[in-house]
Amino acid sequence: MIQAIAFYLFAAVVVISAALTISSRNPVHSVMWLILAFFNGAGLMVLVGAEFIAMLLVIVYVGAVAVLFLFVVMMLDIEVAEVRAGVARYFGFGLLIAAALFAEIVFYAYGAVGTGSLQLAQRVAPINNAVPNINAIGQLLYTRYIFIFEAAGLVLLVAMIGAIVLTHRERGGTRYQNISRQNARRPEDATRNTQPTVGQGVQL
Amino acid sequence: MTNFFNTTVGLPYGWAWFIATIAGILLIALPLMLAVAMIIYADRKIWAAMALRRGPNVVGPFGLLQSFADGLKVFLQETIIPSAANRGLFLLAPIITFTVALIVWAVIPFSPGAVLADINVGLLYVLAASSLGVYGIILSGWASNSKYPFYSALRAAAQMVSYEVSVGFVLITVVLWSGSFNLSQIVESQRGYYGILNGHGFNPLLFPMSIVFLISAMAETGRAPFDLTEAESELVAGYQTEYSSMSFALFWLGEYANVILMCTLTATLFWGGWLPPVDLPIFYIVPGFIWLFLKMLFGFFVFSWVKATVPRYRYDQLMRLGWKVFLPLSLFWVFMISGVLMFMRVGTGGPVAAPTVAAASAPAVRS
Repeated sequence: MIQAIAFYLFAAVVVISAALTISSRNPVHSVMWLILAFFNGAGLMVLVGAEFIAMLLVIVYVGAVAVLFLFVVMMLDIEVAEVRAGVARYFGFGLLIAAALFAEIVFYAYGAVGTGSLQLAQRVAPINNAVPNINAIGQLLYTRYIFIFEAAGLVLLVAMIGAIVLTHRERGGTRYQNISRQNARRPEDATRNTQPTVGQGVQL
Repeated sequence: MTNFFNTTVGLPYGWAWFIATIAGILLIALPLMLAVAMIIYADRKIWAAMALRRGPNVVGPFGLLQSFADGLKVFLQETIIPSAANRGLFLLAPIITFTVALIVWAVIPFSPGAVLADINVGLLYVLAASSLGVYGIILSGWASNSKYPFYSALRAAAQMVSYEVSVGFVLITVVLWSGSFNLSQIVESQRGYYGILNGHGFNPLLFPMSIVFLISAMAETGRAPFDLTEAESELVAGYQTEYSSMSFALFWLGEYANVILMCTLTATLFWGGWLPPVDLPIFYIVPGFIWLFLKMLFGFFVFSWVKATVPRYRYDQLMRLGWKVFLPLSLFWVFMISGVLMFMRVGTGGPVAAPTVAAASAPAVRS
């Protein structure tokens, strides 16, 4: 009963906030709706017993990715007319992606209807309460899928280095701080105490 | 508590669970608010003592009621919303800060079994919830539509995301050593260092990480010496500049609730939580939550001490400390701890048979 209520609440909020993400005019509001959608997605995952994935969703997407989105979007000054022109240009491509996603949903629903009810229940919520999520995922990732997992890590590393290389540019004449030299500097190196006699002043 | 409502009061299980959870939330949140009020007083008194002043001493005996007087004054003020502000987000921002400071307390164990939600991914929940704290500040800065709050929001975004990374690695070292993400099990795993001391902090391998965690916690909560988000000499009051009345008070409460939370986390992860620091039967007479409270108070004293004595960091120094010192150090520490644990638990006898799923589900035992 409580689970059903929670499911429909989370699911409804995900759909509504996803719709508001693409329809709201203020980009910052869009990001906020996106965050709400992430949150309720995490709630859905907790409901099916995938608490590890739910927490990772919040930590990675809400805690890091969306912060950077917000960071960028806050500083933009978006012209509505330009966005309108962009919509006309990318309409066909967007339609293609939407069709692909819709086809996936249809295939999934068809597959779900085609199976028996017991199998369906297992597929929807494959919970084994004896094994905590983290252990179960670790067991699979570090044994059966170890090479794919390591390869994924390597791809991410290459992507990270690539991003840094692409955005890094040498600026001529930049003066860098030498932290160890700054730390090693003592007051005696920079100042001196003098006792000038009256009327003489300080020698520089 | 669910059992009490279920059997003694005679409610159906669903309602008993519901009422017990609500009661648990109130049982944590109300004393927490009182603790925040008193800890603000304690902070001002410690700060004053270190500056050879008297601190608040007028309202009530020894000035004990000063925070309540401040709260009442703030409550009676007018809520001012700047005309150019983004109204909805402007009002939402302090609510986010305050809520996020409260929700983490759901997984903090106060004594054996006394925890609102004893979940397997407790520490990940802490990370997830504390990574939300930055939104309150970014949104308040942006929605105020004012220059200084906006600068403050940008600083806060960069600062909190940076230190989140090293906090994550420090937590991973503790998780590796304890073999669990559950905070109650992490506390239990800290028993009996050298047969007599309780706490990972007494482990020479984990002690440096406790220091890194404490410093990162100061940066995460925006406390001095890392309070660049509200640096009064540069940014007026930072993201709080445009706020008044209760919306300001929510920031204030949220900030101190966060500080208490970070002190409690330090106590839970490194100094044995509800366990007495010395593992002798006589110390177990004192209830567990008193020990936790004492450790939290000590942590808070360190926070206040640092605030009173250390000058504010420059922004580039802050970033350098986060990315070039703490990140490599904590990353190296994760590798080192994994290696040490591998050596201690598996040994050097070559590969062992892959453990079955059933064996993996058993709680990890520290060797």
